[in-house]
This record gives sequence, C-alpha cells and structure tokens, in this order.
Amino acid sequence: MATTLGQAFGSGSILVKADVAHWRAALRLGGDLLVNSGCTLPGYTEQMIQAVEELGPYIVIAPGLALAHARPSELVLKTGLSLVTLRQPVEFGNPQNDPVSLVFALSAVDHDSHIDVLQLFAGLVSDQKNVNSLLTGDSIEAIRLALG
Amino acid sequence: MGIGTSVLLKMNAEKALLQLGVAATVEATDIETARAATDASILLTTPDLVDRLQGLNGQVISIEQLFDLGEITEKLALALQA
Repeated sequence: MATTLGQAFGSGSILVKADVAHWRAALRLGGDLLVNSGCTLPGYTEQMIQAVEELGPYIVIAPGLALAHARPSELVLKTGLSLVTLRQPVEFGNPQNDPVSLVFALSAVDHDSHIDVLQLFAGLVSDQKNVNSLLTGDSIEAIRLALG
Repeated sequence: MGIGTSVLLKMNAEKALLQLGVAATVEATDIETARAATDASILLTTPDLVDRLQGLNGQVISIEQLFDLGEITEKLALALQA
C-alpha cells in the first residue's frame, strides 16, 4: 500500500521531456515504463492503446493530462503508476482537454487495491501548482519532488 | 474501464452528493457492468462514453471535467430533481 504518491512510481517509471509525434507513442512509452518498473508485462501496453481506440480519448481527464490504463489481468504484476512528460504536447482527440503534456499510466491488480493511490493522484492533480511543477520539471528528481 | 477514470469520478461524485446532502451508493464500473446495472438511478460518465449508455434505466449525465466539483454538483442536483 503506497502511503505517498511517489511510492507508487517504482524505479524506472518516470521519463522526462520525451519527444513523441503521436498519442500512441506516448502510451507506448508509458507502458514501457510500467514494464521497466516491474508493474506489468508488455501485453498490457497494447491493451491501454486498444482501450482508447475502442472508447475514445476518455483518458484525458483534465486539461493537458492523460491517465492511461487497462483492465486488471494476469498481465498486471503489481499496482503502480508511470509518468511520461512530453516536450511538445500531443493531441488525443479530446476537445475539452487536449493537447496533452503529462501522460500517466496506471496498472491495478484488481478493482480495489489501487484506490488509495488514486486518491493521492486525485489530490495531486486537483492543485494546478503541482501540475505546473510536473510540466516544468526537467529531471526525474524534480518530478519525484513534485509527486511527493 | 473500471479502475481509472470511473474511480476518480466516483470520488468526486461522492463529494458532490455530500454537499447536496443526498445519501446514495456510488459504484465505479466499466461500461459492460454499467450496462448491466438495472438498479442504477443515475449514470455519470464522460462525453466519449455517453453513447454506450443509452437505452438503460437510469439517467445518463455527461461530466466534461472529472475534477470540476461545481459541474458535478450542479448536474447531479438537476438530475435528482427530475
């Protein structure tokens, strides 16, 4: 159980100021980070992309911010988060909240165990000051400081 | 799909209901589960997914900003009056 949001971001789960041309590339990076930090198996990444292709860009949950995820399955090894910050924002096709510069990816082992992590996440992104720190952070250390 | 956006929406919906002084059970589900929930009075979702919740028993409310408590409270208040 993560008591701080930063704890949900395992080692190797953060990438800063990446260059991507398309939202799929951003999700692939986010998925790679989840694999990197031991949270998921590679197949989970495609599931996150398929979710958006099937349901639309509902994952862009606030201006400039996306939270990618797929269902709990045996492709999830543990609950966790990853973050890719983008040098240039990309369009996901969400008219209310595009373009996106912060791409979070979430893995959950079941439908309950990540609730506390999501509450911490909600707390973080509800405050524009935190979001600004994530947008301007130019190193993993700066990002970790902002995540708490 | 049941673990991300719906959980965030549920958190904020519960805050809104508290403000409105309304007692309710709120569940965060994926689309399939929502479609099967014949006992839902109200279904909250994002604009992308509204079409997938048509033809069900409950009232469907589209929330554009998950983190805008004002929007959620206002739309819930309107729906509950109906």
